[in-house]
Parts: sequence; structure tokens; C-alpha cells
Amino acid sequence: MAAVPSSVLESPDRPWVFRTYSGHSSAEASNELYRQNLAKGQTGLSVAFDLPTQTGYDSDHPLARGEVGKVGVPVGHIGDMETLFREIPLGQMNTSMTINATAAWLLSLYVAAAERQGVGAGDLSGTTQNDIVKEYLSRGTHVFPPEPSLRLISDMIAYTVDEIPRWNPINICSYHLQEAGATPVQEIAYSFANAIAVLDAVRDRDDVPADALPKVFGRISFFLNAGIRFVEEICKGRAMTELWEELGRERYGVTEDKLLRFRYGVQVNSLGLTEAQPENNVIRIVLEALGVTFSKRARCRALQLPAWNEALGLPRPWDQQWSLRIQQILAYETDLLEYPDLLDGSHVVEARVGELKIAAKEELQRVLDLGGAIAAVENGYMKQRLVESQSGRLQAIESGEQIVVGMNAYRETEPSPLTEGGGGSILTVDASAEQEQIDRLNAFRSQRNSSDAEAALKGLRDALANGDNVMPPSIRCAHAGVTTGEWSDALRAIFGEYRAPTGVVAREAGMADEATDKVRARVRAAGDRLGRPLKILVGKPGLDGHSNGAEQIAVRARDVGMEVVYEGIRLTPAEIVQSAADEGVHVIGLSILSGSHAVLVVDVLDTLRESGTEIPVIVGGIIPEDDARKLEEAGVKRIYTPKDFDLTRIMDEIVDVVEEAHPA
Amino acid sequence: MSWRRRTLPDPNGAELAARLRDRDRTAVAPALNLVDDRRPNAREQARILLEALEAPGVQDKAVRIGLTGAPGAGKSTLLDAMVRRARNRGESVGLVAVDPSSRHSGGALLGDRIRVRSGAADPGVFFRSMAARDRLGGLAEGARAGVLILGVAFDQILVETVGVGQSEGEIADLVDTLVFVAQPGAGDLMQSMKAGVLELPDIIAVNKSDMGPIAERTASELEAGIGLGVGDRKGWKRPVLRISAQEGHGLDGLEAAIAEHRGWLADSGELERRRRRGRDRAIEESLTLRYGSFGVEALGGRVRLTACLADAPNEPGARLLARLSDQIELALRSGTSESTP
Repeated sequence: MAAVPSSVLESPDRPWVFRTYSGHSSAEASNELYRQNLAKGQTGLSVAFDLPTQTGYDSDHPLARGEVGKVGVPVGHIGDMETLFREIPLGQMNTSMTINATAAWLLSLYVAAAERQGVGAGDLSGTTQNDIVKEYLSRGTHVFPPEPSLRLISDMIAYTVDEIPRWNPINICSYHLQEAGATPVQEIAYSFANAIAVLDAVRDRDDVPADALPKVFGRISFFLNAGIRFVEEICKGRAMTELWEELGRERYGVTEDKLLRFRYGVQVNSLGLTEAQPENNVIRIVLEALGVTFSKRARCRALQLPAWNEALGLPRPWDQQWSLRIQQILAYETDLLEYPDLLDGSHVVEARVGELKIAAKEELQRVLDLGGAIAAVENGYMKQRLVESQSGRLQAIESGEQIVVGMNAYRETEPSPLTEGGGGSILTVDASAEQEQIDRLNAFRSQRNSSDAEAALKGLRDALANGDNVMPPSIRCAHAGVTTGEWSDALRAIFGEYRAPTGVVAREAGMADEATDKVRARVRAAGDRLGRPLKILVGKPGLDGHSNGAEQIAVRARDVGMEVVYEGIRLTPAEIVQSAADEGVHVIGLSILSGSHAVLVVDVLDTLRESGTEIPVIVGGIIPEDDARKLEEAGVKRIYTPKDFDLTRIMDEIVDVVEEAHPA
Repeated sequence: MSWRRRTLPDPNGAELAARLRDRDRTAVAPALNLVDDRRPNAREQARILLEALEAPGVQDKAVRIGLTGAPGAGKSTLLDAMVRRARNRGESVGLVAVDPSSRHSGGALLGDRIRVRSGAADPGVFFRSMAARDRLGGLAEGARAGVLILGVAFDQILVETVGVGQSEGEIADLVDTLVFVAQPGAGDLMQSMKAGVLELPDIIAVNKSDMGPIAERTASELEAGIGLGVGDRKGWKRPVLRISAQEGHGLDGLEAAIAEHRGWLADSGELERRRRRGRDRAIEESLTLRYGSFGVEALGGRVRLTACLADAPNEPGARLLARLSDQIELALRSGTSESTP
């Protein structure tokens, strides 16, 4: 056998774990999807839970209405968890669960389900996302206030480090910061501030001996985003790798190389995926995937790619398969894994990494000076900076300074065979899924031993009151048939609930372009005619917490001279209608990304009508064309989807809507 | 099914006033919209409405409490807790929150109700956000009208402003009891003391007192500041309370202090004086806004204005304002000044 040339690795690297973020309708349907995906060569699972599960409500709770099975799988109890992993050997699986506020509960259900498969907790491997800071900043599925949330996280870390040693108890997410508008520097700084908050909290626990801290440090993993500026993304990954090692050595006294490694998973950017000419998204996804795999030194451990049609609606199995094939081609067909780091020695990369590190350290220090990540959530600092960055990004797209092919440039297109025929290019969740899930939940409740469940819940409450670790009593609750809503209610009763600052006090951009001035003048004129300034309510009905879009609408409405009541997330139709009437607004703007628009928007319209309140409603979100038509028929005045990037035009049309409602 | 338009009748001030006095909740939003409306006909109806609401005895029921303090001090969290507690006692609550307007665009982001979730769909709670409009950091002209309207329909009125600039002075005239919410950490506190805004509050609440030594130091500094005579007045000894709005600590004490202050106001005759001062300030402000200092000169200057106000201690503010406006307009039209006293 010939000697291997020195430029090539002796044996190719093992590929990263291939995942697809998926789950919908029911545990049964999702289990079938998972088994299909594994058969196609996927090497790990990434579970998407529905919003009631993520925010701790049973499927029959009023706030769950319209949301059951929409953005993920509903898991209400041990029975659902067992069904979800039926015929999937958990001892051999690497499972990532996107779960945060209720992470301790879903991990308990997972452990219990594994035990019933005959697999001990010690043999499990995977990840719970469990990052509450980014929920406050971007994703909005938080439930509890910061302090008890941090306690739950550190409980899970303290528990898993001994009992489930191959588990990543937390994935510090810079992913959602980028979706919220973060620059690479902000991504690095805020996610590290977050990691420091968590690690400090674990360090300060009585039940974690000081010499266990390096091991804890070694279990902290990250979840990154990768945008289309893939060269910078490569540099970002390298900068984080270096900074993480420095942090471990300097702040936590970690010395072992293995424990200092920066380990991260990735979902590449959904923010930049376009609704216009959606086929182009495949190219974007490929380049973004390259950004997190190209540099061996900073290569991701696990990768999940979005589907090309995410801006249109829910992807179908075939769409997800296409994304899995991208990973397989990159790992198995190209020669990427045969080389050592391809960028070592590049002066350009080294310089860029150095710049990012310096800027990120400065911003990190600013957050630490404010009292750390939690304080910078509570006083709104980080959120305001993110909202500002996002406004800047959107303005650059609107002005054409930042080119998005097919959206604000090169818009001429042949008819796309991929989206022809309308409606057929996305997945529609069966409308009966919600009721079926509720029926199953009721059947489960009636069959369980309710005194066992009550005793287990009492044990949980006692443990929480005593300050004991939440995990052991939660696993007992899982076995005893406690439901997701019951477990969460027990915690809500003790910890209370929390609403995070919104960041919509962000500094004004002070736009002075002609189009903006024109809209500003129209807003003023309409206000003069109506006797008082135009007032708009912006809010999100349902459980979807992705507030970035709603915030941008609110900020821009303020910038064109409207008085904006920003109502935030997780609202019931009744709350929205009372607020709108009490506040005396001229128009209501609703934002929904979870696919529950069909139910929730119609509920708002009905409630308005019942209360005799005549206020026009506009809606923004990921709304397929067929649904948009139905909503317009139901009375919605305007509908905006991701292709409507021109916020100035939206503002102009809001004035139209108000004028139509108040003819001269 | 569709949004067919009904022709809404023009708002009628007298009718709205009658419905408010019957505590008809559905009259509150239209009344607030009316007093905000700058069109001539609406102005006239608003005057009729407010005059009716200022009739003797009408404003006696509600307790008016103001909350002020720097951003981040926890005003909204405290507001939320106070609403919850009032509702548990069976009291209805009307809230006004004032946020600054943008100098550049004239727009405003009114984001506070997001943190006050108690009663988001509860008819016993009414929340109106207001923009400070052209007067940065100050109270909206409509805030006083808002307090009058809510004061008829609800048991407890809470007014919240960001404590910057002149807003404390204005809020102090609108409410019976002004609570300054201080946050632990001395930086902005010394600033407040220098600016003299601490002279206005009736009660000082140091929030986040669970922060321990920092909170205690802040409270001590405030006590010392008051002890040094930063505005001790007329027999009301202003308490410095330690609270935690988030944890619910110290709120019994805060409510007791508010009740005690209210009792003192009533017994000492200060309540009446204060409300009259609020009326006078609002009239002066409105006249200046409408006619500028030139208009006030046409009336005979500040001295004459003050005398006019003092001469009519019991006249409803809305009527007095209308009367003085007529005088100014007359003087401006005839080009003469009634400057002789």
C-alpha cells in the first residue's frame, strides 16, 4: 500500500450527525416520519414539539386552541413519548429536542420512555435545547421568570452530568439571536454571556463540587446559525472555538483539551430564505451548510438543514429529503472530510477571526458590566440592540443596498414548475389532528391511576419547595402518568410566569428618504382628518413567540408617526379585542408564524363582531395563498407574507386601510 | 359577515357623561377618544363631557395614585401587582400609562401594557396608553381628562410615567398620592436628588429590595436625603418603603401608606387644594399650548391669569378653560389687551 500523501488525513473524518428538524400532528404520525427519515440515511433525530408542549399546556387548554400539532408534535404524557419512539432503539439514537421552558419535563418523559424500552438513562445520548435567555430575546416560549428558569437549567446540568453523562443538557443558542437580527459580533457576545450565566449558576450550587466544574464545562454545547455570508460564518465559528477555550481556561480553570472543545450543532439560516423564487433557497442552503463544515477546526457536530419552501408553509417529507441529500452529498461525495483544516495559515481568515474576537469581547464585557445576561434581558439592553440590528438589516434590503436575488433584485422569472398548481407544494396539517389529540389525552387521563399521578405531583411540589433537584420527582411524575399541563401548572404555581421586555423602545432610525417622508405626511394628514393621531395595536395571538416581525412592524409604525400599542405575544382573541377597544386604536395588526392563523385570526374577527367593535384587521405571517384568500373572505383587510419586505409600502397601505374604514 | 360600516352618531358629551356616571364601561373608550379629538365639534362635546364630570361630588369616589421612576425601576411590575391585589379585593381599576413621543416622527411606542397582564381580558380593568405628544417626557394633555373619565367609572386610578424631565411635576398634580419607585444602585438616585424631583413624591418605594445590601444602601440614602429636609411638608412625613414587586414583598405596607396618605389629604384639606392646583395647572398649560405666551399676555399676563383662577375656586376646569379661551380670542380679535388689572 502506497504511503499516504501528507496533505491528506490518514483516514477521512467521520461525518457530522445528519438531522432534520421535524414533527407534526401526532406522536403516531411523527414516529412514522422519523422511521422513514432514518431509513433514508439520517443519523440523528431532531424533535420539533408543538407550541402547547413547549409552553406547558395540555392540548385541551384554551390557549392551545389552533396550535395543537402545528409546528411540531404534541407530547402530553408518557404515552405520547412512547409512541413517538416506537421501534426506535433509544440506546442507539442521538436525539436533539428543541425544548426549553419545559425541558426538564420532556427529558423526564424521554428517560421514562427509555426505561420502558429497557434502556437505562446512562445509555442515552442527545441534547435538550434548554436555553431560556434566547427565549426571552427571540423565540418567546419562555414560561417562568429568569431566576427559577436558571435553577431548572442548573438542576438538569447537575443531574445529567452524573446520571446521563452523554447528554448535552443545554444548547446555548446563538441561532435565534441571528434570526432576531444579531450581527456575528452580537451572536458571539450574547451567547457567551448566556453561557457564563449558566455556568456561574452551576458553579454556585452546593451539590456540584468545585472539581466537577470542568466536566460541566465540557457538557455545554452550542446551537449556531449560519447565514449566507459564509466566509464570515466560517470565521465566526473559528472565533467562537478560540474564545470558548480561553473562557474555559481563564474563568473556570478547565485544563483538559477534550473538555475545552467548542461543540456545536447547526440549523442553517431560515431568515434569509425567500418566498419569491423559492427554488433559489436550495443554493443558499448548500452555501450555508458549507460555512459550518468547511473548516475542520470549527466544524459542527450535528447539522440540520431547512427545506427550500419554509417561507411558503410547512415542508413535506420530500422537501426535507432534498435537504438531507445535501448533507449526504457534502459528506460522502465531496472530498471535504479527507483534509485537515483548509484555512489554517490563511492570513485573511486569521485577521477576520481576530477582529471578531476583539469586538465580541468588548460587547461581552458591556453585558457583564450591566450585571450579566439575565440583567441585560431584564433591562432590555440585548433585546434593544437586536431590534436595532434587525431594523438596519431590513432597511438595507428595502433600499436595495443588500441584494436578495429574486426578492429585491432580478425578480423576472419563468413560471416555477416546483410551485405550479398552487397549494400542492406544502404540507397541510389535517384539521382534525387537534381534536384527535384531545380525545387521546382524555382517554389517557381516564385510564391512568389518578391517585398515583396526584402523589407524584405532590412529590414534585415538595421537592421544588425544598429546593431539591427537579429531575428525580419529574421522572416519577412521567411514570405516574402526569400530563404536560399538570407538571407545568405545578411549576407555575410556585415560580410564577414571566413576560420579557420587548425591545421595541429601540432607538429611532430617523429615516429621511422620500418614500418614508411621503408616508409620514399621509399618517399626519389622516390623523388630522380623524381628529387624533393614527393609533395601531400590534400583537401576536396564540402561543407562537417569534416576535421579530411584529416588533419590526411596531418600530416602523412609530417611525412613520403612528402611536403604537405593542401588545406582545401569547394573547387570546378576547385580550386583543379588549385592548384594541380600550386603547381606541384605528387598526389592529396581528402576526402569526405557527400556522394557526386559520383558527386564531377568525376568532379575533368573531370576537370583534360579537363585541360590536369595528376596527379593521391586517395580518402578517407565513400564510399560504389558499389560506390568505379565506382570511380575506372572513374580513381581513390586508395580508402580508415574507415576500413583502418593503415595510414602507406596508405602512402606506395601513393608512389606506384606516381611510377605507373612515370614508370622508 | 363583512365589515359593513354603520354610520356612527357623533359622540355626545352629555350622554357619555351620564353613561360614565352609571359606570357603563362601554362609555369609557369613546369618552377618552372624544377628549383626544381635536376637531371643533369634538372639542365642544368634550367640554360638555368634562364639565359634567367635574360637577361637585362626581370625582369623589376614586383613589388616584401616580407611579413614577426611572426606566427599569420596576414600575410596570409594581403596577401589575397592584392591579392584581385590587382585583382580589373586588375593586375595579383604571390605568393610564404615558410614554414619550418621538421628536423626529411624532410617533410613539406604547409598550407598557405588555408587562401588566393582570386583567388583560377582565372588564374590571381598563388600560389606556397615551403618548406624551409634542412635549417630550411630559404628560399628555389628555392625561388629566383621562383621569377625570376613569375616576368616574373605576374605584382606583393608577397613572404611570417614566420619571424624566417635568413629568413628575405634572403627574403630581393629577393624582392624590405620588409614589416614586426607586431602584437599588445610587447612580440615577443622586441625579434625581439633584434635579429636585424627590421633592414631589408622597411615598418612596425602593423596589427589588431582595437585592440586599445595595437596596438597603439606596433606602438609607433616601431616608437621609429626606431627613436633610428635601421637601418635608405640612405634617406629612414621607415614608421610604422597601418592597419587591416581583416577589410581592412589602406591598401590604405600601398600600397601608397610600391609604394613610389619602386619609391625611382628606383631613388636612390638602386633597381639595391639590385637585384645584391640578385644575389650574392644566388650564394654564392648555391656554399656553393653544395661544402661546402672546395669548396669555392678551388676557393680561400671568398675574391676571392666576387671579382669574383664584377667583373661581369651584368652577369646573373645562368651563373655566372655555371662558378664558373666549376672553383671549376676543382680546386677540379686537387687538387690545386687557392689561389693566
